[in-house]
Amino acid sequence: MFDLYQVIVVGGGHAGCEAAAVSARSGCKTLLISMNMMTLGQMSCNPAMGGIAKGQIVRELDALGGFSGIVSDESMIQFRMLNRSKGKAMWSPRAQNDRMLFSMKWREKLENIPNLDIYQDMVVGLIVKDNIIKGVLTSLGHEILANAVVLTNGTFLNGLIHIGDKQLGGGRIGENKATGLTENLIKLGFESGRMKTGTPPRLDGRSINYDLLEEQKGDEEVQGFSFLDIPKPKQQASCYITYTSDIVHETLKEGFDRSPMFNGRIQSLGPRYCPSIEDKINRFSDKDRHQLFIEPEGWHTNEIYINGFSTSLPEEVQFKALRKIVGLENVKMYRPGYAIEYDYFPPIQLDSSLQTKLIKGLFFAGQINGTTGYEEAAGQGYIAGINASLYAQDKEFFILKRNESYIGVLIDDLITKGTEEPYRMFTSRAEFRILLRQDNADIRLTPRVIPYGLIDENRLNRYNQRKDQIKQAIDLFKELRVEPNQINDYLIERNGNPLTQKMPLAQVMLRPEIDLSDLIEQCNLKSHFEKIDKSALESAEIEWTYQGYIQKEEDIAQKMNQLEYVKIPSEFNYDKLSAISIESREKFKKIKPENIGQAKRISGIKPSDISILLIYLGR
Amino acid sequence: MIISTIIALASPQGLGAIALIRIDGPDALEMTMKCFQPAKKIAQIKPRFQYFGKFFHHDTLLDEVLITYFKSPNSYSGNDSVEISCHASPFIIKKIIESYLDLGACVASAGEFTQRAFLNGKMDLSQAEAVAELIASESTFAHQIALNQMKGGVSNELGSLRQKLIDFSALIELELDFAEEDVTFADRSEFFEMLLEIKLKIDELQNSFAYGNSIKHGVGVAFVGLPNAGKSSFLNALLQEERAIVSEIPGTTRDYLEESIVIGGITFRMIDTAGLRATEDTIEKIGIERSMQQIQKADIVFYLFDAYTHPWEILLDELKKIPQDKKYMVLLSRYDTYPLDWGSEAFSDFVNLHYYIIGNFFSISSKDINLIDQFKRHLVEMVLEWKPRHTDTIITNLRHYEHLVKASDALQRVREGLDGVSYSGGYI
Repeated sequence: MFDLYQVIVVGGGHAGCEAAAVSARSGCKTLLISMNMMTLGQMSCNPAMGGIAKGQIVRELDALGGFSGIVSDESMIQFRMLNRSKGKAMWSPRAQNDRMLFSMKWREKLENIPNLDIYQDMVVGLIVKDNIIKGVLTSLGHEILANAVVLTNGTFLNGLIHIGDKQLGGGRIGENKATGLTENLIKLGFESGRMKTGTPPRLDGRSINYDLLEEQKGDEEVQGFSFLDIPKPKQQASCYITYTSDIVHETLKEGFDRSPMFNGRIQSLGPRYCPSIEDKINRFSDKDRHQLFIEPEGWHTNEIYINGFSTSLPEEVQFKALRKIVGLENVKMYRPGYAIEYDYFPPIQLDSSLQTKLIKGLFFAGQINGTTGYEEAAGQGYIAGINASLYAQDKEFFILKRNESYIGVLIDDLITKGTEEPYRMFTSRAEFRILLRQDNADIRLTPRVIPYGLIDENRLNRYNQRKDQIKQAIDLFKELRVEPNQINDYLIERNGNPLTQKMPLAQVMLRPEIDLSDLIEQCNLKSHFEKIDKSALESAEIEWTYQGYIQKEEDIAQKMNQLEYVKIPSEFNYDKLSAISIESREKFKKIKPENIGQAKRISGIKPSDISILLIYLGR
Repeated sequence: MIISTIIALASPQGLGAIALIRIDGPDALEMTMKCFQPAKKIAQIKPRFQYFGKFFHHDTLLDEVLITYFKSPNSYSGNDSVEISCHASPFIIKKIIESYLDLGACVASAGEFTQRAFLNGKMDLSQAEAVAELIASESTFAHQIALNQMKGGVSNELGSLRQKLIDFSALIELELDFAEEDVTFADRSEFFEMLLEIKLKIDELQNSFAYGNSIKHGVGVAFVGLPNAGKSSFLNALLQEERAIVSEIPGTTRDYLEESIVIGGITFRMIDTAGLRATEDTIEKIGIERSMQQIQKADIVFYLFDAYTHPWEILLDELKKIPQDKKYMVLLSRYDTYPLDWGSEAFSDFVNLHYYIIGNFFSISSKDINLIDQFKRHLVEMVLEWKPRHTDTIITNLRHYEHLVKASDALQRVREGLDGVSYSGGYI
């Protein structure tokens, strides 16, 4: 019944969808197997994409020809550029999305990719011969053969849902868990662990008194994620802000004895930066209130997501506490919040292509690797997908470096450091964040994947156009001059020193008190910039005004990359490094770094360990 | 690559009663057992025990020696090692080393034992550097500083600074990564306080370099003054030897002269200079020029003045010739030759009137032991006053110093960035 596939992707969440799309589009006959075709691209938790550091990942995926950016733009109900008060390297796009539309759009994209088949079934085992992947086994008894397999099982592997003292098996509430696969992987020699995450209750929007809440509107100008021209929503939905209070906390505490978090039923670690409300009350007991965001779930539903109120307390306690919150006095609950425990596989078992070190042709992406977040999952899905495809075609892997992308930082962190708790991306995890901006993701990444056929004509044109325009704009900065009488009033008004003579625009715009668009306006230079896109002008401005810092980071990155080029043979015998501590040796043996750069980033490895390693490598 | 076994003489070259030879590397014990026959029959050599026995060079008895075996990782370098105490005849030492070379050992290069200790993680770089300084230390204070550093003094001090900087950047990162979330941020004044605290500490360490360097290389003390002021006589008295030629003839000292002396645990480099005067004598002229260069290099300048024979006003012009940034002090020389009624009260009045130029003065004599001792005590106190007040850690290494200067500059930029003075304020 099944053809021979080059790549099989197991799971249809954010990781699986990107993996299947990129694999098929880069030329491999691909099969996506999902337990439920109604939930492809499902947003299991909050109906939002992007955010600080995460928004950059979505932009990167778009630049690489992935779909997360387009799907987000097409299902967007609100857009905000976060961190606007900070430097431009820190700006981060974030969108609220229509949950149902998001999933529908993903399915539409996948169904239109030639080379990609979709099948609904559950994978219960892998077919492996001599440590090489051959295919998968399904619950309906099919043996489906393939050259490469990508596992993106999310929270489904032996998923166990907790609400108060109730426990039910499932990968999401109302959906079955996946069984058999973990046991199969352990038999093959993989190490596994358990993690936990949670989600807040969903509310009936008709029962909320919005008059009492603080409104949070979207940006006036919707930039979106994709570098392509995706139509933006004509109007935007608002979010609302409210707070918990002492009374809410007291009410929640009534259920603590039945909380699986506190009575020891859940042992596994949850995401530190996305704690449940009971965790927050406990850990930050000096705070008398916590902020909550009321987020709409879409255009065609009243359903509301209450961000900041993730909980696994008994439903009636959740309900009682919700009604003590300002604006929610008469609230009705559509679904309760819950916690979920699931299996993951410590990611130090992977190499930088996301292939497992144990089984050739087997790739892991998403929460199975211990990460949290749609964007983190999608980023890994893309890399696992393209590399599965390249493996099936017997081509060299596609690796993104730390100085090229947040996706590169994410994967390098996972494979060299592993993670004990769900891993979330932050800008502070990247050492080159002035290079890794959201505005230049296309310039950084689009050319990298042209050889794989992932950049269509439309995107290539957009890329070339933007690149040319950025250059033109910088040339104009250097060419155009500013007269003192045009700008001095503006400067004085902003406590700047007035100009004494004619100066190039390139020089004047470096002043911190100046806004480039004001400067162009004041000096009647608008006509010169007519042909330049707003986004290109902004990138040009950043490139020019930050050039000293950009250069500095590029220099450091180049130095760092020299270590990446010092390869360590995979069969290297660490036992002969008798001069280093047993602990360091064990770490090297377990992680098997591919190069000195990776070896250096393994936590607990000392500089002297690296010196010795270098000596043995003949350096 | 395999770690080689290396050998070197660890005690000083030359004649002595006993010499120590050190062998380091995986084959240290095996090689030793091919040449060494313990006096008593034993099953095996236990680590950290000393064994007496005979050392053979190609089956010929060479010497009776003591050997000690240190097993990895519990040795200085972290490798297996053996130490041999033999009689310190250059012939015996040479033959013992040859025995090992014949067995495949290599001669250790300078500092190689310590380098191995560093590579094996037995010490960090600043500790390894301290070993070199410890060996080279010539006085009690220099020895103390190096010992403190080797025990990890500098490493600990920098370690705690590093932790503070990490805490500081964590607070900044918090604001960047959680801008939209429900987190309380540190206010700017807290940032400034932290920065200031870190910067003060770094600056103090940085400033300790001048002190540390003086201690390490000796405190430079220059004696200057008019010809025949008694500089050379006083120096001889301090050194307790006739080091400098003294005579009644002004201009006897034509070139500068330098001699080290340890006083109160501190090494001083005493520099006698040619008397400064206008002269037609070419050689004396060159000598005076060279004396000026020595003054530039000195940490302390003493101006010797014979208040009995010279008009006091000269002093004012003379002191102005000393470079402004130099600490100087006036010494009334030949004090033993002054008659009782020489006019000390009038001189005190004169000094008070010109205190901002002359400052405190001190009476000396090359004949009065009490005055010489008083001077020595005063000299030590002057140096101890430079010692940093809030830390025992003294920076003596140029590499450490340069990094501290860089760190201090970087902190200054952070400050400006936080202030929003410079453009970089926009980045955070």
